[in-house]
Amino acid sequence: MLRRHLTLLLLLLGALFTAGCGKSKKPTATTGAATGGVPQIWHVGNGSEPQDLDPQAITGVPEHKLMMALFEGLATEDPQDLHPVPGLAESWDISTDGKVYTFHLRRNGQWSDGSPLTADDCLQSYKRMITPEFASEYAYLIYDYVVGAKEYYDRKLADFAQVGFKVIDEHTLQVTLKNPAPYLMGIIASHYAWTPVPVKVIAKYGPIDRKRTGWTRLGRLVSSGPFQLKEWAPNQKIVVSRNPHYWDAANVKLDEIHFYAVEDNATEERMFRTGQLHKTNTMPSAKIDVYRRDLPESLRIEPYLGVYFYRCNVNRPPLNDKRVRKALALAIDRESIVQKVSRGGQTPAYAVSYPGTSGYMPRAKLTGTIEDAKRLLAEAGFPGGKGFPKVELLYNTSESHRAIAEAIQQMWKRNLNIDITLFNQEWKVYLDSQHTTNFTLQRSGWVADYVDPHVFLEIWVSGNGNNDTNWKNPAYDALFQQALAAKSVEARYALYQQMDEILVDECPVIPIYHYTSVYALSPKVKGYYPTLLDNHPYKYIWIE
Amino acid sequence: MLRFITSRLLQSLLALFLVITATFFMIRFVPGGPFTAEKAVTPEILRNLEAHYGLDKPLWRQYLDYLGSLARGDLGPSFKYPNRTVNEIIADKVPVSAELGGLALGFALVLGVGLGTVAAVRRNTWMDYTASTIGMFGISIPTFVVGPLLVLGFAIHLGWFNASGWYGPLDRVLPAFVLGLAYAAPISRLTRGGMLEVLHQDFIRTARAKGASEFRVVTRHALRGGLLPVVSFLGPAVAGILTGSFVIETIFQIPGIGREFVNSAFNRDYTLVLGTVILYAGLIMTLNLVVDIIQAWMNPKVRLEG
Repeated sequence: MLRRHLTLLLLLLGALFTAGCGKSKKPTATTGAATGGVPQIWHVGNGSEPQDLDPQAITGVPEHKLMMALFEGLATEDPQDLHPVPGLAESWDISTDGKVYTFHLRRNGQWSDGSPLTADDCLQSYKRMITPEFASEYAYLIYDYVVGAKEYYDRKLADFAQVGFKVIDEHTLQVTLKNPAPYLMGIIASHYAWTPVPVKVIAKYGPIDRKRTGWTRLGRLVSSGPFQLKEWAPNQKIVVSRNPHYWDAANVKLDEIHFYAVEDNATEERMFRTGQLHKTNTMPSAKIDVYRRDLPESLRIEPYLGVYFYRCNVNRPPLNDKRVRKALALAIDRESIVQKVSRGGQTPAYAVSYPGTSGYMPRAKLTGTIEDAKRLLAEAGFPGGKGFPKVELLYNTSESHRAIAEAIQQMWKRNLNIDITLFNQEWKVYLDSQHTTNFTLQRSGWVADYVDPHVFLEIWVSGNGNNDTNWKNPAYDALFQQALAAKSVEARYALYQQMDEILVDECPVIPIYHYTSVYALSPKVKGYYPTLLDNHPYKYIWIE
Repeated sequence: MLRFITSRLLQSLLALFLVITATFFMIRFVPGGPFTAEKAVTPEILRNLEAHYGLDKPLWRQYLDYLGSLARGDLGPSFKYPNRTVNEIIADKVPVSAELGGLALGFALVLGVGLGTVAAVRRNTWMDYTASTIGMFGISIPTFVVGPLLVLGFAIHLGWFNASGWYGPLDRVLPAFVLGLAYAAPISRLTRGGMLEVLHQDFIRTARAKGASEFRVVTRHALRGGLLPVVSFLGPAVAGILTGSFVIETIFQIPGIGREFVNSAFNRDYTLVLGTVILYAGLIMTLNLVVDIIQAWMNPKVRLEG
């Protein structure tokens, strides 16, 4: 009797074990991308859940990708090289002194609720952006450039009319700058800090200079870009659908984009393989070789406008001696780092500036042999590495950073006979150490927000909030100021060449490699081009 | 009984208050804050941000403000997600974790108690060894291995499920199975141990002597006592399962509270950290109390004392 019951029980348990296998139904998500009618629905992995969908209250990359679908700037990006092309403004004029920008908005410009998009909307948006109470993280992208904006932000100027924004007529906006800023159109096209927001809609849900009014929720959010918000399931996905009121709606090919909030790149990669995604956000480095071998048509490795480097605290011995910094910089075999350790197609970096940013090629280059490095170290008082004090290298907790740090630790030991100890900190603790320069050597990275060589040079100016090396060089600062006032691109780039020379000579930072973006993309996706910022304007994309 | 419950509730409230206070100050003393970013904000922007979120007030003032709004049931706004309040985030995410947890727990109980009982009744036979082996596998193979392996087999190769997501009923199968397996293993071990002890006791012999069938002896008489260790295990386990599993939620891309719990600490989202800690602490305390009451009911030897 008991035996029968027990056998029955075991059988039941066995059935439970295999219960998962009982029902077989194709996941619905995959059928969307099938052939035939080819639904124009694009499924994309988008990293973490966005903070918000208010372009003036956000900071991260996943947020940026969503902004590109929902909103548009006065100018927007060309799909192939991201140069500024007309967006909400159909054209713009720049005065000969480079200080006055006049934007001509489209006469038929509309918000996604069908209401007209006017010059006053833009002006009110920029006012919101530099209202100190609103506390936008990117306020400086406006107040660094526009006349009176910094004073307004610092509450030294109460009258917004004196800030350099002026509505000429319903469709014309004039912006007056403090100094010429030749790369400003790049910022306006690529960065959401300059994106106009629907102030009249925002005002319905609370004071426009408050962050937490909830105007971005589903059913409330009104946007200006090729798509509008259709669904928002927090931590799952955000669906945007075609915006019929967009000025270029006729040329938008996709009907919907589904942005999946997937933080884990292994999860994302599995979703790609089951057909749930057409594109992943990143790729686990262990999978790169597998894709190279088995799915080469889906693997994308593209140059990405960023640099991976080690930051020196120039106040701390022995890194206060530029010969030591240079010796460390020369004793790294960058080729083997990118080929054997990082393995994502990165390019070795011998200068901080990214080669080929808007036509700028840095001439300065870290050159020298291991012998040169040894000689420099000896000159600094550490012949053969003797007497070299204990130096710690700080990195944020991550397998890949540790692997690179270990490789470099080995190279320094072998080439210079010096000992570096590695230590890691959790991300925000590490950032705190960085911003308070509480480190000797630190691994770091810098990724551009817009395509201009300025991006990689401005941060080393003394007093820049992202310098974080204690390095100051009056000649460098002077060149930077001259570049801001340069009359032509050539003149500006010539000054940048000198700045890069100084960086290579002084080595406040040790460049290691230039980034690539590595991800999986279904070959069915068309109208998609590699770009330096990994931005891919969506209106040109379609599914074949 | 009433006195016991009242005194336990008071103790719990005191403990909760201490937990809140410790968490509030500890998270503040950790380096880095909600606005610490790779691209540093300028000092003037940071000042305005802090003013916007009330972080410019003295810490004791912020603490009192927090307790004040907490007393009104308001857990405050999230720092990371300006569009949402902590109350909303918890209300959104807990049902998802609870659904996943409920399914997993149901599965774990059926499997764990079943295997454990079989193993105890048929001690030292192949059935016992099989059940023990399954239990050992469940304990020793972590979910972050089992999860991706099952996805590989059932989603990628067989195509029966989505690799991840939480959209339809089918999306519940794999995560509930993996999470349940992790809990089934200790449950089966505890059941086996508890049952072995009970099966040798006099009242079982009496039941057998009275002619009760073996099935009835096991299910009616032995299980009630044999499951005692399982019940004390279930208190904290249910709290853990309801507050979500970071690993499972990450592997399967499930919008549960477990991810918020971990990520809020990484993000220094002060209010969300406190909200999730209060939730977890409150659940643990409540469930432990419930467990004590259930144990008293199940085992006459246990008396509730204040």
